[in-house]
Amino acid sequence: MHLLLSQSINLFAAMLLIVVFAMISQRRILRVIHLFTVQGATLVASTIVVGYLTGQHHLYYSAAVTLIVKVILIPVLLHRVIDRLNVRWDVETLINIPTTMLIGIVLVVFAFNLALPIAKLSLSIARGTLGIALACFLLSFMMMISRAKAVPQVIGFLSMENSLFFAAAAATNGMPMIVELGIAFDVLAGILILGVFMFQIREQFDSLDIRHLEKLKED
Amino acid sequence: MEAFALVLAIPLFGALLLALWGHRNFAPELNAAVSFSTFLASAWLTEGIISDGPLLIWNDLFFIDPLNVFLVALTAFVGFTTSLFSRPYMRIERDHGKMTPNRMRLYHSMYQLFNCMMLVALTSNNVGVLWVAMEAATLTTVLLVSVYRTAASLEAAWKYFILCGVGIAQALLGTILLYLAAERAIGGGDGALLWTHLATAKAQLDPDILSIAFVFLLLGYGTKVGLVPVHNWLPDAHAEGPTPISAVLSGLLLNVALYAVLRCKVLADGALQNGLPGKMMIAFGLLSVVASAFFLSRQKDVKRMFAYSSIEHMGLMTFAFGLGGPIANFAGLLHMTVHSLIKSAIFFAVGHATQQAKTQLMEGIRGLIKVSPTVGWGLMLGALAILGMPPFGVFASEFLILTTAMRDLPWATPFLLLALGVAFAAIFARVQSMVFGETEAKPLKHPPALLPVFVHLGLGLMLGLYIPPYLVNWYQEAARMIGG
Repeated sequence: MHLLLSQSINLFAAMLLIVVFAMISQRRILRVIHLFTVQGATLVASTIVVGYLTGQHHLYYSAAVTLIVKVILIPVLLHRVIDRLNVRWDVETLINIPTTMLIGIVLVVFAFNLALPIAKLSLSIARGTLGIALACFLLSFMMMISRAKAVPQVIGFLSMENSLFFAAAAATNGMPMIVELGIAFDVLAGILILGVFMFQIREQFDSLDIRHLEKLKED
Repeated sequence: MEAFALVLAIPLFGALLLALWGHRNFAPELNAAVSFSTFLASAWLTEGIISDGPLLIWNDLFFIDPLNVFLVALTAFVGFTTSLFSRPYMRIERDHGKMTPNRMRLYHSMYQLFNCMMLVALTSNNVGVLWVAMEAATLTTVLLVSVYRTAASLEAAWKYFILCGVGIAQALLGTILLYLAAERAIGGGDGALLWTHLATAKAQLDPDILSIAFVFLLLGYGTKVGLVPVHNWLPDAHAEGPTPISAVLSGLLLNVALYAVLRCKVLADGALQNGLPGKMMIAFGLLSVVASAFFLSRQKDVKRMFAYSSIEHMGLMTFAFGLGGPIANFAGLLHMTVHSLIKSAIFFAVGHATQQAKTQLMEGIRGLIKVSPTVGWGLMLGALAILGMPPFGVFASEFLILTTAMRDLPWATPFLLLALGVAFAAIFARVQSMVFGETEAKPLKHPPALLPVFVHLGLGLMLGLYIPPYLVNWYQEAARMIGG
């Protein structure tokens, strides 16, 4: 049982990585939001398993906060936003999927190398997955900078935050509760503000394309 | 203890009050009154710290020592003078139709919340809470930068959010790695992120993890300091937001971010013992000084130009703290103070100048001295002060930084001198043509608040001529804390 559970952490980690790869290659906005919800749910499951195996009960609270904020509240908010903005069926055409995938693979290799010395020193049972957590972080970062529409860009940002939570669980059995609560609150407030911004950007530019936001150039 | 509770409670309570009444006619005065009370409370707190020594309270969650109490006092003071400046400034913006009652309410409430979050970030003993407060301060300023709802301000705010979001996520990764190192050295739990605990155990922290953690922390908080090459958000956010916000961003928020870097540097220095953190800060600082001087000379918008000048000065401070040692740290702290005071004074003057000329483009601003001599002289003196002319305080701190650099790092001095020279030529020529010359601009309807400008310049002048002995002690003690 114990062995099975500790194996399941690796399974969840692998799932997270697959979900991030799916995100960076997904053109439809709606599917990207679904993938983000799946990512949140996987994060919750892995946090509970780590909490159970290590007997660190504060991880259950952390999982509950993640469930409420990242699996329920934020996806609901995002669905509302895309409904009201009428971009539910939008397709982003300008991403080169094969190239992104190749860069993604290079990033994963880099992340595993970076994680190697850190993971050796970690005391957590999930330390083997730290490389995956860093890989997810870098891939989300890439998603953020390679997308031109506002919603996928924001999801890239959120996915980066998720990867960091997973990294915290993988490397250290979770950060102190007060910090996790603060971070969750900041993320929620941030997403509310960005949601409002999307409406205003639409009003100003008649589009959610971030390429319109390039008037203020360095010169 | 009571003083400290007041320092945090007053702006928080003020934010709530102004969320209710921020659109009323008396809101600017209420805003100034709240900021004034915060300043009084911080003066009380400072007095207590000077007489009784460092304070560690509320389950060790907050920690006030000579280093941060000096920044708390500075933050509360500039927060107060900026609220005085914002009084007529925002009224004029309202008359120009840029501010609606709802926007006024948002502006005033977020202004106080922003102050509160900076004070939490400065006084928090928990490195994680420091991160949370920095992020919250970013969120409030994002709302403040976008308050005009113009296309350009939305673009600036979006860029600000996304770039600082990425930056601050890196800082979070750094914090997680720091926690990982702490967990091994002093055990897990809430205590492992407390700065006081980390500082006592810093020699036992694992050097490999700490070096990776510091890279992320420096890049992350460095984004907020505005270090080149992660500075892109800064000129836009300064240029497109209301001018009082440009003043507090430059004068205060950048300082708070640099303070976060300094706290992390103390830990990394203790663990690594090889001076690597200092070298990284020297590299980033020098790059920022040189690059921003050249960017600066190509600007057309007056607020963008002074935003680049802020990058230059933050780079200079980062460079000084990177050099380390008692003199460079002292100079860095002094530079932090005078830059805050003088740069916010410049933004006050620039704010009124752009309102008179109805443009932020420098070619459209002429003859300030004719229309309103105080604005003109304020800008001229402020520019001279920030460019490091004696007898202002910037001269003293830049002189100390340069002489230390000549001794410890001779190859860097020519670069610094070149950058300072380029910045001098660019800013002085532009300011001169804005201040003198002919104009048809009309005086403003509400008399501009110029008291803050001259109080700041006066303090900057005083720090250049004579630093009171208790202030010297205070700086020296703070410099010793950074030195480890």
